[in-house]
Amino acid sequence: MKENIVSVNNLSVSFDYQENFLSKKQKIKAVNNINIKIKKGSFFGLVGESGSGKTTLGRAILGANKISSGNVIFHDDDRDFDLTTITSKEMKEYRKKAQLIFQDPYAALSPRMTVRDIIAEPLEVMKITTSREETDERVRDIAAKCRLNLEHLRRFPHAFSGGQRQRISIARALVSNPKFIVADESVAALDVSIQADILNLLKQLQQELNLTYLFISHDLSVVAHVCDIVAVMYLGHIVEMAPSRELFSNPRHSYTKALLSSIPSVDPENKSKAIELQGEIPSAMNPPSGCVFRTRCPNPTHDCKEGNIEMGLKEVSPNHWVDQCCVNCA
Amino acid sequence: MTHLLEINNLDVKFDTDEGRITAIDNVSLTLDQGKVLGIVGESGSGKSVTAKSIMQLNPGNTIYNDNAEIIIDDENVLKFTSKNDLKKIRGGKVSMIFQEPMASFAPAIKIGSQMVEQLMIHKPLDKNKAKNISIDMLNRVGIADAEKRFNQYAFELSGGMRQRAMIAMALSTMPKLLLADEPTTALDVTIQAQVINLIKDIIKEFNMGVIFITHDLGVIAQVADDVAVMYLGSVVERGPVNEILKNPKHPYTRGLLNALPDINNLDAPLTPIPGNIPSPLERPTGCVFRTRCPNPTHDCREGNIEMALIEISPGHWVDKCCINCG
Ligand SMILES: Nc1ncnc2c1ncn2[C@@H]1O[C@H](COP(=O)(O)OP(=O)(O)OP(=O)(O)O)[C@@H](O)[C@H]1O
Ligand SMILES: Nc1ncnc2c1ncn2[C@@H]1O[C@H](COP(=O)(O)OP(=O)(O)O)[C@@H](O)[C@H]1O
Ligand code: SF4
Ligand code: SF4
Ligand SMILES: [Mg+2]
Ligand SMILES: [Mg+2]
Repeated sequence: MKENIVSVNNLSVSFDYQENFLSKKQKIKAVNNINIKIKKGSFFGLVGESGSGKTTLGRAILGANKISSGNVIFHDDDRDFDLTTITSKEMKEYRKKAQLIFQDPYAALSPRMTVRDIIAEPLEVMKITTSREETDERVRDIAAKCRLNLEHLRRFPHAFSGGQRQRISIARALVSNPKFIVADESVAALDVSIQADILNLLKQLQQELNLTYLFISHDLSVVAHVCDIVAVMYLGHIVEMAPSRELFSNPRHSYTKALLSSIPSVDPENKSKAIELQGEIPSAMNPPSGCVFRTRCPNPTHDCKEGNIEMGLKEVSPNHWVDQCCVNCA
Repeated sequence: MTHLLEINNLDVKFDTDEGRITAIDNVSLTLDQGKVLGIVGESGSGKSVTAKSIMQLNPGNTIYNDNAEIIIDDENVLKFTSKNDLKKIRGGKVSMIFQEPMASFAPAIKIGSQMVEQLMIHKPLDKNKAKNISIDMLNRVGIADAEKRFNQYAFELSGGMRQRAMIAMALSTMPKLLLADEPTTALDVTIQAQVINLIKDIIKEFNMGVIFITHDLGVIAQVADDVAVMYLGSVVERGPVNEILKNPKHPYTRGLLNALPDINNLDAPLTPIPGNIPSPLERPTGCVFRTRCPNPTHDCREGNIEMALIEISPGHWVDKCCINCG
């Protein structure tokens, strides 16, 4: 059996951007030379501020964003899918294996379809089932696994609470029996109690259905609780990656340290001060040269401009990877 | 001692197509100068409606009860009807900031013009003075190039900067009371940390009282002096933040804490509160929480229990029916 389900090799994704039709076309490098391997059965976390490139990376792995350079390989049991060279015929096959769960359960569900039709749609579009009976059986099966009440299937989504709607979109993503799921901010819009319920459900489904997740979130406490490995993204780069506990107890990169220190502790007596970062994440249109983080780094150890430093992940202890320019940053 | 703000026995009902719903049921709260009162609770628990009541910002279908009082400077502001009176609580003594700063700024008017206009409504200032105060305020909330920003539109600023500009506008009239409704919810943790520090500095500098609404108990722990926990329109527990978070008595408060992923305790399971929040049209009688209470100590319907907060230790109030719950 193959160890990894996804390999991302030197992946870059750029967008053309033009302010108006007179101005010059510019390139936005949303994902910049990324290397990650996602182990089969893992709950892989991807964190970083908004605009860091998380969604773009997730979409590129799903084949929903054009790859500018590098490649993404999906390792199925019996064959590999190379997303750089994938044909539209192979893409149809790949869609069954890799699916997305959206952030916003409100926007994602069509108000005019019944819950049954919403969950069944992928089966019909991908022509997975051949009869209505077969479709219904699979819908009922996955609905039950997602703890949806069978009588809910006849209703319309507006009648449901946020948690129930998120279970509907999970059921829809899982109905084609995929092996790999990108969950992009899937609990961000939910109250804590519903969030706990959905996170537990994702965990349980992972066991039951042998799923691998790429779990994208800006909430570090959530990621710390559910993920077994975490990659930290900043301005298109992965600056650090490690098993979850190792990352949270022993962060090495200045950005990771600042991010972790910003999580407000629920203990009122623990008023540990956040390492305050100056300003905001720079525009991906003009990223800093050298260390991408240098415009906000609280205490640069040296002059971290281009020429002075070398970027790229380096393994500092087993499975703990840090941008090599910052292995020993303060 | 008189409080900066005193809310007594507030009920808020809304007339809707589906009937009259109870959004707030018998809420009483106090806030002192220089203090932050956090309000937490799930979506729909009545946090925003409570805050909006203070400025009478709830819409036309709102019904307040006759004996409700919201007292600021010895006046029951709920009885205000004249334009002049309302001005005192809308941008005068009271200002409000929101989750989405675009809600505070008109998209087609420059930030500076809006700040100046706002100021001149509330203070007897000429345009020049108002401009100086506005720019000074933008500076004080940490906006670099304040003069340049003054002449820009809200959409030209980044998210964090917009949040700062909104805070600057809210503060420029020197309110005694700031209502902050989820001001950091849409922000990244790093920017959230900046805004929290900013709000803390402001409180010290201006000696205001703040109501800080959030559903994030971590944020509450870091900013609030006191906290009120709301469920389905009722305050079920309130008190000093340390006491409420470390020694919660009400099963709902405990439920919220048990559902929360705590970064310092990664082995703790995430335990959801069972069931769903009932629709406000089907508000339970008796204990509001009884349809979701994990282990009700007894049959907590109307008639069997008495609802009302009682003080169990200095400043710590909890629903009387539930002093010894689960
Ligand atoms: N104008 C209105 N007409 C009818 N119902 C309303 C109106 N405004 C609020 N409500 C209802 O009052 C209740 C309390 O709403 P409120 O906005 O205060 O909740 P909240 O605690 O602020 O929630 P959130 O965390 O989602 O902001 C909800 O059931 C809401 O649907
Ligand atoms: N279709 C697009 N066209 C132009 N720029 C884009 C597009 N999608 C994303 N970007 C830019 O790429 C960067 C990364 O975005 P995104 O992947 O959405 O980040 P995240 O999910 O981490 O918030 C941002 O600067 C964003 O504005
Ligand atoms: S390389 Fe330099 S600028 Fe970058 S994080 Fe390390 S110390 Fe800071
Ligand atoms: S034990 Fe009864 S009174 Fe106490 S919270 Fe539960 S249902 Fe309410
Ligand atoms: Mg995104
Ligand atoms: Mg609200």
